Amino acid sequence: MTEAAIEAHGLGRTYGRRGGGHRALHDCSFRLPAGRVCALVGPNGAGKSTLLNLAAGLDRPGAGSLAVLGSTEPADVRDRVAYVAQDKPLYPQLTVADTLWAGAELNPGRWDRATADRIAGPLPQGARVRTLSGGQRTRLALALALGKRPELMLLDEPMADLDPLARHELMGVLMAETAEHGTTIVMSSHILTELEGACDYLLFVDGGRVRLGGEAEDITSAHALLTGQAGRDLAPHTVVESRTTGRQLTALVRKEGPVDTAAWSVTQPSLEELLLAHLRSPEAPPLLTPSASAGVRAEGVSA
Amino acid sequence: MAEPAAVEFRIDRRSGVATYLQIVQQTKQALRLGVLEPGDRLPTAREVVEATAINPNTVLKAYRELEREGLVEARRGLGTFVRRTLGGAAEASAADAPLRTELADWARRARSAGLEKDDVGALFTAVIDSIYQGDQDR
Repeated sequence: MTEAAIEAHGLGRTYGRRGGGHRALHDCSFRLPAGRVCALVGPNGAGKSTLLNLAAGLDRPGAGSLAVLGSTEPADVRDRVAYVAQDKPLYPQLTVADTLWAGAELNPGRWDRATADRIAGPLPQGARVRTLSGGQRTRLALALALGKRPELMLLDEPMADLDPLARHELMGVLMAETAEHGTTIVMSSHILTELEGACDYLLFVDGGRVRLGGEAEDITSAHALLTGQAGRDLAPHTVVESRTTGRQLTALVRKEGPVDTAAWSVTQPSLEELLLAHLRSPEAPPLLTPSASAGVRAEGVSA
Repeated sequence: MAEPAAVEFRIDRRSGVATYLQIVQQTKQALRLGVLEPGDRLPTAREVVEATAINPNTVLKAYRELEREGLVEARRGLGTFVRRTLGGAAEASAADAPLRTELADWARRARSAGLEKDDVGALFTAVIDSIYQGDQDR
């Protein structure tokens, strides 16, 4: 099994007072293999940003453990990780050129000037950061993140304030980066369609834990959308969601063995249909593929 | 990189066709039309993803499929190259090629027999399907 970029065991983080606080993450366990492009999706307040903050080493878990690039102290590997937080923290008084210069100075030995300059190229080099638009700040933040030539990129809502052209261009740059260097990328969003196609891995966080985790293809193919006569038995499949309209039953199931195609018309749900069904059905059991399951915390467990 | 790639791919996210299949189909179409010829280099995964913003593994999956079908070969460190073209399509579709002439005669007979264009299409597809049945698995 490939090395894990991130591995979490029983991760918990509560904000506010003990007892009465808000549980942002609770008993959250998963594994993200290195080299993947992972969509971190979930509704607002699901715990996405908390998870990224912990992985970036900017916050400490209240419970459980988190290993990033093999280190159980994420703060120790910060030079190999690039984190672009949602609010794109940059120094407002610095110019674009100063910011790029600082990036080079702060990352001695690994700074990729050509890449950083190419991405920041369309920005007015003499302008101060505080005068830039939201989209321009995102571009500058991504230039810094890519210039660092990280092994792991954590991007919180990276595409939110980019126009469609810039979004396509910068997503292309990110994909080229992972094609060439095997960079692991985690991108959060609550809009899945923004990430579909670019991501080959999925972590769906809801209510502070991972409800779906693994290869996007394997997760969709593990489910089926069944349409048939009302009253038919859906066993042995696990029902995520079902609905009866007149004589027709429509169900989204997790397949447990072959589906009886004589009784059901079967289609494969899209990732979006899958997420919506899970959001509407909080009781549906979690599904983590073998590569996304946090194993026993010892080396060489997997065969 | 020595020579520029001979084609580029267009990805339609709303087509309902899996992205890797779109690359496979577009490559085959280019082979049929003679746009791609033996020895041509396909774009690298990096080139494709930079232009289309899709995941690199999708490109690699498409290229593996094309390689499995014997249409292309990966040369380590150099790229992926076209090995053979598809179906002698270029010759067969020339205006005076025998197969085309016979088909044109047949289409004229179908029209004088009163068949609509859609009927002819459906009939043609049904015959093609029955004749080529099972070829996919070979």
